[in-house]
Amino acid sequence: MKTNPSNSFGSWVIRFRWAIILTTLLLVFAAASGARFLGFSTDYRVFFSKDNPQLLAFETLQNTYTKNDNVLFAVEPKDGKVFSRQTLAAIEDITQAAWKIPHSIRVDSVTNFQYTWSEEDDLVVQDLVENASGLTDAQLNTIQAVALAEPLLLDRLITLKANITGINVTINRPQKTNTETPEIVAFARAMKDRFEKKYPDIKIYLTGVVFMDNTFNEAGEGDMKTLIPLMYAIVLIIMALSLRTFWGTFTTILIMAFSILTAMGLAGWSGILLTPISANAPTIILTLAVADSIHILVTLFYEMRHGKSKYEAIQESLRVNHQPVFITSLTTAIGFLSLNFSDSPPFRDLGNMVAVGVMAAYVYSVFFLPAMMSILPLRVKTISTSKNGLIERFGDWVIFHRKLIYWSMIFIIIALSTQIPRIIIDEKFNEYFDSRYPFRGDNDYVEANLTGFESIEYSLGAGESGGIGNPQYLKKLDEFSDWYRQQPGVMYVQTLTDTMKRLNKNMHGDDESYYRLPNERDLSAQYLLLYELSLPFGLDLNNQINIDKSSTRFTAILESVSTRHILDLEKNAQKWLKENAPPEMASHGASPLIMFSHIAQRNIDSMMGGTAVALLLISAILIVVLRSFKLGAISTVPNLVPMFMNFGIWGFWVGEIGLAVSVVAPVALGIIVDDTVHFLSKFRRARVELGKSTEEAVRYSFHTVGTALFLTSLILVCGFLVLTFSGFRMNVQLGFMTAISIICALLADFLFLPTLLMKLDSATTQNQSNLEKEVYQ
Amino acid sequence: MKPVIRILFLALFFNAPLASAETAEDKGLAIAKEDDRRDNGFHDFTANMVMVLKNRQGETSTRHIRNKTLEVDGDGDKSISIFDRPRDVKGTALLNFTHKVGTDDQWLYLPALKRVKRISSSNKSGSFMGSEFAYEDVTSQEVEKYTYKWLRDENLDAKKCFVFERYPVYKSSGYTRQVVWMDQAEYKILKIDYYDRKNTLLKTLTQSDFHQYLDAYWYPENMHMVNHQTGKSTLLTWSDYKFNTGLSNKNFNKNSLKRAR
Repeated sequence: MKTNPSNSFGSWVIRFRWAIILTTLLLVFAAASGARFLGFSTDYRVFFSKDNPQLLAFETLQNTYTKNDNVLFAVEPKDGKVFSRQTLAAIEDITQAAWKIPHSIRVDSVTNFQYTWSEEDDLVVQDLVENASGLTDAQLNTIQAVALAEPLLLDRLITLKANITGINVTINRPQKTNTETPEIVAFARAMKDRFEKKYPDIKIYLTGVVFMDNTFNEAGEGDMKTLIPLMYAIVLIIMALSLRTFWGTFTTILIMAFSILTAMGLAGWSGILLTPISANAPTIILTLAVADSIHILVTLFYEMRHGKSKYEAIQESLRVNHQPVFITSLTTAIGFLSLNFSDSPPFRDLGNMVAVGVMAAYVYSVFFLPAMMSILPLRVKTISTSKNGLIERFGDWVIFHRKLIYWSMIFIIIALSTQIPRIIIDEKFNEYFDSRYPFRGDNDYVEANLTGFESIEYSLGAGESGGIGNPQYLKKLDEFSDWYRQQPGVMYVQTLTDTMKRLNKNMHGDDESYYRLPNERDLSAQYLLLYELSLPFGLDLNNQINIDKSSTRFTAILESVSTRHILDLEKNAQKWLKENAPPEMASHGASPLIMFSHIAQRNIDSMMGGTAVALLLISAILIVVLRSFKLGAISTVPNLVPMFMNFGIWGFWVGEIGLAVSVVAPVALGIIVDDTVHFLSKFRRARVELGKSTEEAVRYSFHTVGTALFLTSLILVCGFLVLTFSGFRMNVQLGFMTAISIICALLADFLFLPTLLMKLDSATTQNQSNLEKEVYQ
Repeated sequence: MKPVIRILFLALFFNAPLASAETAEDKGLAIAKEDDRRDNGFHDFTANMVMVLKNRQGETSTRHIRNKTLEVDGDGDKSISIFDRPRDVKGTALLNFTHKVGTDDQWLYLPALKRVKRISSSNKSGSFMGSEFAYEDVTSQEVEKYTYKWLRDENLDAKKCFVFERYPVYKSSGYTRQVVWMDQAEYKILKIDYYDRKNTLLKTLTQSDFHQYLDAYWYPENMHMVNHQTGKSTLLTWSDYKFNTGLSNKNFNKNSLKRAR
């Protein structure tokens, strides 16, 4: 046998074992020290790249008017009566206190609603409720009637039943530090506690964009705290049961920790902010890193059990495994690196972090692991006879039933593939978090009982400076509002025309017949001027009208709807505007919901490219490694088949896919290709180096890597299933789909690949048996 | 400790001049009173004002307003603001009686309605014509509208300044406090920081290009208000100051408002 570079590599590792151990420790320490720069992002905007068109549209809108991230207090009096002295007094109190919330710029409630009415020639503008505790019953009735008739309040800050009311706080975060969001949330929660204690007859629910943002942070941190230990425990149990080696398990645990520390530390050095997505990196690295060690240890102990000395076994294990371990790490890294095609930065971060972790794991597994093994005491029982294990019997079974298995697999694959078209891109934005987070519970309650969380906003232009007073513009705006209010899922619409109608009525002695839009442009403008001069601090119209008075902001609040629903609604709105409104009024809807609704599709489109590139690169690597174009080409089959099976299963059982699922394909590809690499490299070795027949080579592959493949797949499946314990839906879906992919991959590699190899080889043998050797050279 | 002894004690140990015995509050009030004294006696003036509003997106919008102001003995000034542009509000005129104590009185003449409407709002701290100036920032700054506290003396743009805080008496004010930089030589307000209800910095006003009128009164040509929270800003530019234009009380009532041109 010719000298293999891995062979001398093994003795080199053993010779320099102490230096390797020391260098590894230093490297890990240097990298890990960057982890102190890691922090959690507390802003949903991190999910969007800087040039994302929907994000840009939304930022433009916010820069034109004001930002409107919010905190919403929903207040439920236990007696079900909002318009009572004690409840209104509490609302007044909370409203007052809400101005003190950090970064608040505006507070809206039923009590500080700017109620307008006329008294002779006065336009009276005042808080709807002042000094609630001193109100008479008659006054309370009037206030209730005014509030329930006010389109600005109904279904936003008050229910028709008048049993729940809201206090909406507009928040303008400077986005300079990461602590802004948690500070606001802590302040609001303290307010809730204080006011529930002060007013025992009310219950307060907290929601709003700021709370959602904070939950991203809570979810990421929570996942890290619970999922990583869980994953460690699972890996420990599996390793302890299968390898039955204390020092081997111990070193593997070290390698996993080193790989995670390296990846997270380097992420810290490069200034990555963690999100619930990129916070998965440790769990995934943990899952992937363990495979390298297992492959090396399994061979090592196998050789020792069969009578080799420890050093010999280490050398042999490295000789056999170095290349496959390198290749599988490389292909896995390529799969994750292809996430850089993603439109959503957290996925890019995840991809880069895992790729670094996987390559680190490779380095530690081929240097640190054997170095440690060479100094640690290892004892194994030598086995005299090689009795046939489970996996060998399984291999024999596959070989015996190859025809049946082959055709069954073809049938299953095709049957599942037909289910793929059932998949639709759809998800519910507010279901990203499960009910373990207080945000979800409170938000569900508020959505069911008071008002929606989702919104769409438009900046509707009038085409010229001051044009919003133009009667034609106001008429169109009013028609658009009416149209919007009739759409399914729309709970509330905020539009300037309601204010204009009210002012017109006030200006005509509160005559109801004047509750309509002013007929002249200058009249509208002068009403607005008068009204603006009467408004208190923070409650001006600058959040609704641009400075040039040439456009207004139109806001629709929606009940809990899915992304498809919202995209349909927006498409219909565009159609309506195109058909009914002048071109200057054209505007695309913008909002976080719109952004999240588009990003799944955008990400799927961009990841198509990523997956294709990853597949090409990986196939090219396999062709080079297996030194056979044919085997390389064959390898794409078991690499792609699991994808079809996976999406077919998903299409059949679930149907909807969202943002997270869009990255499953390349991630899974990078992982499942490992099975193929191991199986085919052993198969090739048997055919070329040992000169075995196809059938024998299949048997050899099962014998040499079958157990390791089963074990690593088991660990991988467990690892990705651990992600499904996350409270963040994207992680749950990512975990489930990747786990399914891995199971499918194992099925493909154990059942389909060998039967396919035997089928193709027998065909080749029949036709051109002489060429066979050349093909594999 | 008796006050006298305390003063001596402080003077001894801190080597402070006896004059510093006055409290920071007294000193702040004294500065405001001196400023008010220097500003009094102009009788009346007219001036033109251009406001340029700018949002975070970089868009701008302009307003043109003419002002007439009459000094009133023993109370706040009376003024009329006539809006020339935007054209939709051309001819709209605002009559304003400021008061040292209590809310100001305001009437607006709407030419499209040909009516004068009284603005009956107890809370007029909102934005002035969509700008970053609140009504309470542009109205006549009477001594009684604030309480004061001197903070320190420091240089601003190489000018020696009093730095003092003032706290609005007006209960609906949007501010908890304002920090004022006033130049010591001429009592010109160079800069004001406005702190909102949660006591965070909301806006900064910078006044520049001061001109002296009637050999006594220093008025800024430019007033630049920047809102730090929303990123919006407003530049207010004054021109054509004319004094002693013959205005009197009869020019400042609801009837004259309709005729104001």
